[in-house]
Amino acid sequence: MRRLLILFAVCAAGQFGAVTGAPADNAAAFKQCRSCHQVGANAKNGVGPHLNGLFGRRAGSVEGARYSDDMVRSGQNGLRWTAETLDQYLQDPRKLISRTLMSFRGLKSAEDRAAVIAYLRTFSDKPSDIPEAAPTASTTSHDPALNPDILAIQGDTEYGEYLAGECVSCHQASGADNGIPSIVGWPTDIFVTAMHAYRNKSRTHPVMRMIAAPLNNEEIASLAAYFKSLKNH
Amino acid sequence: MTISRRTFGLGALALTGAAVAPSIIAAATRPNVVVIGGGAGGGTAARYLAKAAKGDINVTLIEPTRTYYTCFFSNLYLGGFREFQSIGHSYGTLASEYGINVVHDWATAIDRSKKTVRLASGADVAYDRLVVSPGIDFKYETVPGYGITSANKMPHAWKAGSQTQLLKAQVENMREGGTFVMVAPPNPYRCPPGPYERISMVAYTLKQKNPKAKIIVLDPKEKFSKQPLFQEGWAKHYPGMVEWLPASITGKIEMVNAETMEIKAGGETFKADVANVIPGQRAGEIAMSAGLANQSGYCPIVPATMQSQMDENIYLVGDSTIAGDMPKSGFSANSQAKIAAMAIRASLTGSKLFPARFANTCWSLIADNDGVKVGAKYEATAEKIAKTEGFISKTGEDAQLRKVTYEESIGWYDGITKDIFG
Repeated sequence: MRRLLILFAVCAAGQFGAVTGAPADNAAAFKQCRSCHQVGANAKNGVGPHLNGLFGRRAGSVEGARYSDDMVRSGQNGLRWTAETLDQYLQDPRKLISRTLMSFRGLKSAEDRAAVIAYLRTFSDKPSDIPEAAPTASTTSHDPALNPDILAIQGDTEYGEYLAGECVSCHQASGADNGIPSIVGWPTDIFVTAMHAYRNKSRTHPVMRMIAAPLNNEEIASLAAYFKSLKNH
Repeated sequence: MTISRRTFGLGALALTGAAVAPSIIAAATRPNVVVIGGGAGGGTAARYLAKAAKGDINVTLIEPTRTYYTCFFSNLYLGGFREFQSIGHSYGTLASEYGINVVHDWATAIDRSKKTVRLASGADVAYDRLVVSPGIDFKYETVPGYGITSANKMPHAWKAGSQTQLLKAQVENMREGGTFVMVAPPNPYRCPPGPYERISMVAYTLKQKNPKAKIIVLDPKEKFSKQPLFQEGWAKHYPGMVEWLPASITGKIEMVNAETMEIKAGGETFKADVANVIPGQRAGEIAMSAGLANQSGYCPIVPATMQSQMDENIYLVGDSTIAGDMPKSGFSANSQAKIAAMAIRASLTGSKLFPARFANTCWSLIADNDGVKVGAKYEATAEKIAKTEGFISKTGEDAQLRKVTYEESIGWYDGITKDIFG
């Protein structure tokens, strides 16, 4: 029987500091919203409503805030703000609420929307109760911050494709999501931070803890590189 | 990070046409991989080979059925949670998008010295590497009195399809207050939690349509997969309906009689209105007749590659293998097939060979929105595929977590069937 020899050399030297896919700064992504919306301690209604405790909130329901009739009616008809509805709204506000007062062109990039939603998630009462599915998947406050050297590791996409064989038994490579979250197209720093949080058991999902447990830093970086390279269909 | 690239295979090519330019040699000698069996193992192996090789390897998939019904989730059809069509999958995408030559025929024999597969239609198909993924066949002798001709009256429903439809019809039409008897299989068998998920789904149906009915499980084993979870669930959802009787209580099965619907065990006779008899199992017949199995009835493999220990040109995946600590499941077969595909490609084209890693998770549904799961990760050691990490759902979990677990299983079904059939 042929013996199969595997050589495995890790060459990380000289790459530290060469950060690729600069860490998405979720607060920075929200900056463009700040002229109208306040969030955090002492936030008040401005041009638009304050955004504390947004997740689970009925649309058009903050007392004293200015809303269009369409927004109030949508809320009365059952619209609540979740990761999914926020993602739709932020992509094209007028498509969801045709005469909304929010005159904003929308965020075409799923990454930008994910960053804004992830940022807002941290101002809801119990972020841990809000699903981690994209687009809320983020470096949330309960994920331990990673050493920048780990975030800087360049993943090998081809190795990542092999390792991803384990992922795509559940997570669809097309980005489709029906009970198992999509992991396609995530910013690499978010992906890497999430996987490390499963590996060090600070995230709770048992299947993901198990999957992450044996992965080393380079393997996590390779998976992140591979899934970043895929497109949603 | 860099990973060394294996470059071999050129030596072999040089022997066949030393004077010709390398690119032409490559085209003229494009290797042939034949896959026997289009289930979770074979479908995945064919798809991953074709996907990664991008035309450098000819892939032929031999599968007799036009529509493959997955055993996983067939219990959910019995419980009324899935439509029958939703567990059926055709091979059109593998043919049209991946260029796989899908041949609907039975592989009846393997000539290992000539490296050919004989089809029921009479043709021989040549291979350079062969993937054998035939699933299981039954050892009828483990249940005296049971055989192919009894399967109409006493369905096994352990290969999904018309048998599953038959069992569902029998359960739904059972007389009021009747008795459903399952003869559970001895180890090792396909889908360890499967018989007990089936009991749960039959109980779910009977509770609604026939609440005075009884369920008896005659089990040659003293314990089973997820036992505390199932027994807790049966007591909670179906109190007084399910009786599980291991051999230490009833004695072993002495005789079943499909005409009288009687099952004798330990001197006692159980009269069934519906009987689900699941015999002991072994590797699919073609693996046995090709000499790929050992005396256990299953096929020994090289853990790092899924290569047969009997023939270096043959790879085995799925339920027919001796896969160490891995259970026989669709998820396991899918996981093993990716390792086999990688190893075959490396041996034929010199592509990278990475360390083998395997995973499995088995979800089971106990009642509406009451899902549980068990899973583990594995690596290849010199001796076997060895478990490294694992988890299992806990008794007493709250309803919300069980609901999420069930929803996760639905997402998994979508994911894995796309991973198998494209």
